[in-house]
Amino acid sequence: MANCLRLKINLCIVRFRGPQSATCCQRSCGHRKYAGQWREITGPAPVKMSKRRSAALTGAQGISLAQKLLRERLCHQKLPDQPVGLDSQYKHLLELLRRTAVHGESNSVLIVGPRGSGKTMLLGCVLRELMSLKEAQKNVLLVELNGLLQTDDKIALKEITRQLHLENVVGDKVFGSFAENLAFLLEALKKGDKSSSRPVLFVLDEFDLFAHHKNQTLLYNLLDVSQSAQTPVAVLGLTCRLDVLELLEKRVKSRFSHRQIHLFSSLSFAQYLDVVRAQLSLPPDFPDPKFSDEWNHSVTKLCEDKTVEEILRRNFNGSKDFRSLHSLLFLAVSRVSVSHSTLREADLIEAWRLISVDSKANVLHGLSILELCLIIAMKHLNDTYDGEPFNFQMVHNEFKKFIQRKSHSIHKFEKPVVMKAFEHLLQLELVRPVDSGVCKVQREYQLMRLMLEHGQVMEALQKYPQCPTDVKQWALSAFG
Amino acid sequence: MSRYITRLRMRRTYKWNGRPVGEDRKLKRQYYESMSISVEGKTEDATVSLGQYILIEGDDDDNPFVAQLLKLYTDDSGKKKTAVLQWFVRMCEVPQNKRKLLGRDPHPQEIFFYQDRSCDNEVDGETILGAVQIEYVPVQDPFPVGKSRDILFVKLLWDTKSFRALDPELMQPPQSPKSPPPSSRGPQTRALPTPDPSVMKRAMSGILTRGSMSTGKMSSSEAESLHSASKLSAAKALSAKRRSQAVSGPQVRKKLDLCSPSKNMSRDDVLGELLDERSEKTLTSKLNTSPTGRISISIRLTPLNLNKEECVSPLSSHSPDKPRMTAHDKDDAARAEEEHEDSPINTAATSRSKRKSAQLVSSRIKKQLNLLGNKIDLQSDGEDGDDDDCFIPSKIDLQSSSDEEEEAKIDSEDELIVKKHRGSGTSRSTEKTRVSARTPRKTPSKKTAPATPRTPRHATPSIPSRTAPARKPGNVLEEARARLHVSSVPESLPCREQEFQDIYNFVESKVIDGTGGCMYISGVPGTGKTATVHEVIRSLQQSAEQDEIPHFRFIEINGMKMTDPHQAYVQILQKLTDQKATPDHAAALLEKRFSAPAPKKETVVLLVDELDLLWTRKQNVMYNLFDWPTRRNARLVVLTIANTMDLPERIMINRVASRLGLTRMSFQPYTFKQLQQIITSRLNRVKAFEEDALQLVSRKVAALSGDARRCLDICRRATEICEHSGSQKNSSGLVGMSHVMEALDEMFSSSYISAIRCASVQEQLFLRAVIAEFRRLGLEEATFQQVFVQHQALCRVEGLQPANVSEGLTVCQRLGSCRLLLLEGSRLDLFLRIRLNVSQDDVLYALKAD
Repeated sequence: MANCLRLKINLCIVRFRGPQSATCCQRSCGHRKYAGQWREITGPAPVKMSKRRSAALTGAQGISLAQKLLRERLCHQKLPDQPVGLDSQYKHLLELLRRTAVHGESNSVLIVGPRGSGKTMLLGCVLRELMSLKEAQKNVLLVELNGLLQTDDKIALKEITRQLHLENVVGDKVFGSFAENLAFLLEALKKGDKSSSRPVLFVLDEFDLFAHHKNQTLLYNLLDVSQSAQTPVAVLGLTCRLDVLELLEKRVKSRFSHRQIHLFSSLSFAQYLDVVRAQLSLPPDFPDPKFSDEWNHSVTKLCEDKTVEEILRRNFNGSKDFRSLHSLLFLAVSRVSVSHSTLREADLIEAWRLISVDSKANVLHGLSILELCLIIAMKHLNDTYDGEPFNFQMVHNEFKKFIQRKSHSIHKFEKPVVMKAFEHLLQLELVRPVDSGVCKVQREYQLMRLMLEHGQVMEALQKYPQCPTDVKQWALSAFG
Repeated sequence: MSRYITRLRMRRTYKWNGRPVGEDRKLKRQYYESMSISVEGKTEDATVSLGQYILIEGDDDDNPFVAQLLKLYTDDSGKKKTAVLQWFVRMCEVPQNKRKLLGRDPHPQEIFFYQDRSCDNEVDGETILGAVQIEYVPVQDPFPVGKSRDILFVKLLWDTKSFRALDPELMQPPQSPKSPPPSSRGPQTRALPTPDPSVMKRAMSGILTRGSMSTGKMSSSEAESLHSASKLSAAKALSAKRRSQAVSGPQVRKKLDLCSPSKNMSRDDVLGELLDERSEKTLTSKLNTSPTGRISISIRLTPLNLNKEECVSPLSSHSPDKPRMTAHDKDDAARAEEEHEDSPINTAATSRSKRKSAQLVSSRIKKQLNLLGNKIDLQSDGEDGDDDDCFIPSKIDLQSSSDEEEEAKIDSEDELIVKKHRGSGTSRSTEKTRVSARTPRKTPSKKTAPATPRTPRHATPSIPSRTAPARKPGNVLEEARARLHVSSVPESLPCREQEFQDIYNFVESKVIDGTGGCMYISGVPGTGKTATVHEVIRSLQQSAEQDEIPHFRFIEINGMKMTDPHQAYVQILQKLTDQKATPDHAAALLEKRFSAPAPKKETVVLLVDELDLLWTRKQNVMYNLFDWPTRRNARLVVLTIANTMDLPERIMINRVASRLGLTRMSFQPYTFKQLQQIITSRLNRVKAFEEDALQLVSRKVAALSGDARRCLDICRRATEICEHSGSQKNSSGLVGMSHVMEALDEMFSSSYISAIRCASVQEQLFLRAVIAEFRRLGLEEATFQQVFVQHQALCRVEGLQPANVSEGLTVCQRLGSCRLLLLEGSRLDLFLRIRLNVSQDDVLYALKAD
């Protein structure tokens, strides 16, 4: 369970940041500055360092202990005592599962909510409570599947068989072909009945991905079992797609009970602040009461601070889920060291700066002047031709015009040098070829698009260290 | 008997007493419990009721026929009264040349239990003269003297070939409380030690004609008694059980409860002597006989005629046969068991812990003995014949109902010894139990035989059983919820009478004629297609058990439950013959089976659910399925089910569609009245819903889909909501309109609007920006770059710090992940195209209300 949970978290982080971060990594290849920053963002490294440092010093145990505790909280390694703001959903789900466990009633339910809304956390809490019931404890079998891991029914079936310890499992291996496995599992489920066999809880994480399996065989069969007098099962689907029911085939859909538990956070900012405070506060049973009092006091003060509130509000406006909040707080907490043993607003501001920085603006800071000039030329081309694609020749012409007319500081570059710079931009994917058409065109004439927003270019220019004034002026001028 | 002579000339009038106790929908019969006979000139009416012994008008006025009344029913017209009887014969009715077989002088009042299938056991109800008293006399006891001349004695059984000892069980009247309990049993003896060659011969022929179906049939006859027992109210069943228990010891109870397969009984006499001496070894071997391992046809030497007698044996006779689910039966059995546990009469009442340990022990033993091969099964099967004279320890008895699951545990030797010590009955009871736990109509499971050849051991598919028993519903709402669950199968399916009748007639005619045919059944999901077919098969199987129609095999495959269309062959073959083969080989074997002439072959009814999934490019699976029934000797009836009405036209090539034929049936979605009726019939007088609430649900569902599953699910959810709200403001305790409305809202309302309302500020702004950009472009699609420009402008308008591109993309991706937006791959970065997945109006509505 814990393993799977962690896995899910890791996966989600990758996926959540997927689109940008993956490309970011590509783009920043060989770019030391950005690469360094990225490492910093990902977290664990600085934490370890600060921990080591604080361990070396005396009286630093409190800090390292507090950090450990908060890290556990912020990295989702520990379930919260009570899910925040999900009371009715919690009750509903618990009651449902309790009935399956105690009465042997089959059920199916979908837990739907945006990413980071706490679906897995809710389920984890419910299962924790369920397992603490005496009559459910030893009576329930749990099967956990994840749509990202069990990418087709064959793998999913093997996994179910393995987790149920059916008799065609030896050690960790499942014997038999796909067809045999299916028949075997169905037979096993069919043999059970409501009163005497153990209920099986099937947790299907990323439920929507199961709907893409061929014929939706697995879903059909699980839901069919849940609607017939066989072994009692509860099918729990977790998904972030609101239209998940439309993915189900009509006969699969008919067998689904249409119970959906929606997790939409209706949190107000005040509540959000409370959560922040609660998340950062140390528990009363912290071994060093003096330290914890101090810490909690500083946290309360921090939350009242205007700048901090502004940061938190921006974060809240961006997304209401706690995952983004946690990554922000995590960075802030990891900055705490012996030299300043409480959380200060500067930590949070720095953390926010790291987290909210635009990925491409960073890349731009590392470009050479020539490359920057090319970018500006492309921006002008974009303005002139209203976003139509351009080719290297056009960019080069634009650049030449600039050199001839306005430039004082920049010397004439040979065409191959400009070409090389252009190719570097291509590698960084700041420029991307238009993929339509034949690739047999000469390099100079291949159509390209600039992958930067107007604002990004301007911002990068502002922050670029020692940018020549004429280049800046050229960028600001309306026409090339 | 002289007084009847005069009465014969009198006019008698017959009247039913009371209301019909049951009804057979398919045969349109109504069953009654008793009938009163009034005679002209007499004030007092004579009453005959089920289980009583009666006199039937015959040729010989002095000696009217004697019989036991098993059933009374009237046909749909209500005029013709028919009685089903168990005949008895007088010595004078036995052919002259056979009378000497008795070997002694018959007692003047002696009659014989008549066992002959060829004799029609249905007579016109109006030939009944009146009741008579019959007394059972154990074989070696002398006939009582000094009793009234009107009492008849029965001692032996006449099966048209020989006289044999009569099992007192056969004489027991079915649950009629009035009839006197049979006199206490003497020690059981085997009257005819040597197996009668003629009987043996007949048994052989019986096997030939019956084929493999006989297994299911035989085991079902006793199970039928369970059916009837379960029909009774719990109290009645209990009292009946107590009575029999008090009278004849635990093994009688055992029979009642656990419905041991009748073949044990019938083989009794034939094999009894062979089995008088039992070695420990065979004994243990019997312990392991798994229900499936046992089904080798060659060893079944049962005279089937005897079985037949038992089919109409007193216990089963009384109730009209209605299709019932096994689960129910099991439940009932389990409940009956529990009642026994509590019953003070039960001397061997065991504590729960004991029961558990017994379970454990038996499962361990089973486990260990599984290692012994099938050959031992032969012996053990034979041993089943011995049946009546062993005490069944209540420990095992009690364990029975929950004993279906085998646990993989190691055996402990001492427990095994205990088990052995208990005698053969113990082991057999375990076995019987397992047989009985199975659905009687089902062919013994095919999977238990090595399911996976590559599996290192013989794996049995099973889910471990729970340690604590499932809790029963506590209050009205819980009860209603249990009844409303889709899985609970109702006694009958309301609103599908016509479809039932059509399918029934189709299959029945094919089975009777021994021909083949195809039928295509279509209908949207949740309209009761599969359920109706199952019910048809259940009632057909019941009539087959009563020998009204020839026996047949029922096989079911489901396109969704196989991994590949060609697996259909494998599954059919496996269910038909318990063989495993590759798809190609299986197809060849089936082809051979269905085309080769074999006169003794029984009809196979094949249900193909979710037919559309059997589609292949060449359509050879479908082609074969529909082609086999047209073969001369196939005797195959194929019922196919799919969702679309025009499936044959749409996906089948001509030669396949043509073979499917035009026997089509379509299930219309339920109307609101039908849905209401379905709920009401399921609730069955459990008062949990207000009338209006029911109507609302059914109207709503009927308007949307007509899916009965949906309807039941909503009702179930409504009971939950009611339960939660009930604790706060206690209104009527019934599920009312408000609860139903809430449930409907939960299930049918789209979640998009609430999702938008709960989205973060930036997400809402982004949606606004998308709409603004769409308006500007006049298109329903925009790139991220375009929307982002709008987004930034909106941020400024709202006084927020504009988001940068990364943040914007994050927001966009988040909306995309919950499918408020439809996005292209994020690889395209700024140029990924965005579309709305919700209507613009919905978005605006949601945002405005904010």
